Amino acid sequence: MTFSYFPGCTLKTKAQDLDRWGRAAAKALGFELQELPEWQCCGAVYPLAKDEIATKLSSVRALAASRDLGQELVTLCSACHHVIKRVNGDMQNDKDIQTKVNNYLRLETPYTGQTSVLHYLEVLRDRVGFDEIAKRVKHPLTGRKIGAYYGCLLLRPSKEMGFDDPENPSIIEDFLRALGAEPVVYAMRNEYCGGYVTIENKSYAAKQVDRIMENARACGAQMLVTACPLCLYNLSVNATDGLPVQYFTQLLAEALGVKEEEDA
Amino acid sequence: MNDMIQTIERIAGVNPRKCMKCGKCSGACPAYDEMEYHPHQFVDMVETGRIDELMHSKGIYTCLSCFACVERCPRSVEPAKIIEAVRLAVIRQQGQDHLKPEQIPGLLDEDLPQQAITSAFRKYRK
Repeated sequence: MTFSYFPGCTLKTKAQDLDRWGRAAAKALGFELQELPEWQCCGAVYPLAKDEIATKLSSVRALAASRDLGQELVTLCSACHHVIKRVNGDMQNDKDIQTKVNNYLRLETPYTGQTSVLHYLEVLRDRVGFDEIAKRVKHPLTGRKIGAYYGCLLLRPSKEMGFDDPENPSIIEDFLRALGAEPVVYAMRNEYCGGYVTIENKSYAAKQVDRIMENARACGAQMLVTACPLCLYNLSVNATDGLPVQYFTQLLAEALGVKEEEDA
Repeated sequence: MNDMIQTIERIAGVNPRKCMKCGKCSGACPAYDEMEYHPHQFVDMVETGRIDELMHSKGIYTCLSCFACVERCPRSVEPAKIIEAVRLAVIRQQGQDHLKPEQIPGLLDEDLPQQAITSAFRKYRK
């Protein structure tokens, strides 16, 4: 299995652990992430305005490149996934946006939403299968109580993202179970982390993060996992007395025994 | 005033008149305490043309599009899109950027991901 891969700006810089261990684990699980040539930043937030085209173009370029390669498009970053998936929806369903974008881009073959967009976790669930992953685990995370932190971008709006139940998701819990860990379900796992507002109002993010941490800890979590660099930042930097937080790919690589191979 | 209502509705692509005032949006909003006008009020104030007040409110920079209100709105009014449209109506004006590049170096710390800066620029400036 080979997928087109859109890493995004942050995975090349501050979130290298999300990228590096995702790639290494993919190799161990028998699928390949082929980085798209000359990909451009997705913009990190989906442009909600109906009358804006320019802010959607970089996503369409990635989607069209992936279509031309005949591959599905995979992302690891929650934000990239959110933006590209929703722009793809616009290119499928919104004739006005579709026409304006194609008029501007003048691609050899107009793009009308043909590419299937998958988050890495969806590849694990729907293409590889959690049962198969469980069989490949070399170092089960036995006895570790881990809380999934979903945040906003993977789940909502569920009509467009189609990722999981937006109010009671289970994909990361199932993932953790496949690795041999004990998932801890807590109420705040699908609330927001404070996002980019931390840039101008740290106390706003800190208040939210403290609520999340308090809730996760009260439910018995010893650590949290996330798929989003900005969530990881807020949860680690803005917490008063937080639990440790890691990317889900770090745990995956650890359980598959990929980390020790690299370190050896 | 009608022009402004139309502008907001055109940018947002949703219809505030479909709102049935159930209040679920504000009930779901994690930024509720940080906004002087709450999501259900945004919808109502756009519908009734009190857009100038919204354009001068700090809440337009506090909503960070977590889509809790969009998910739970039973009438597809999608308040986040209305709030975004009001913010855009402000920052699309000359000289009205809420965040300027020269502020960025002072806001950085060692761990801040690029995603944060990119998001903030997309939301706060044109």
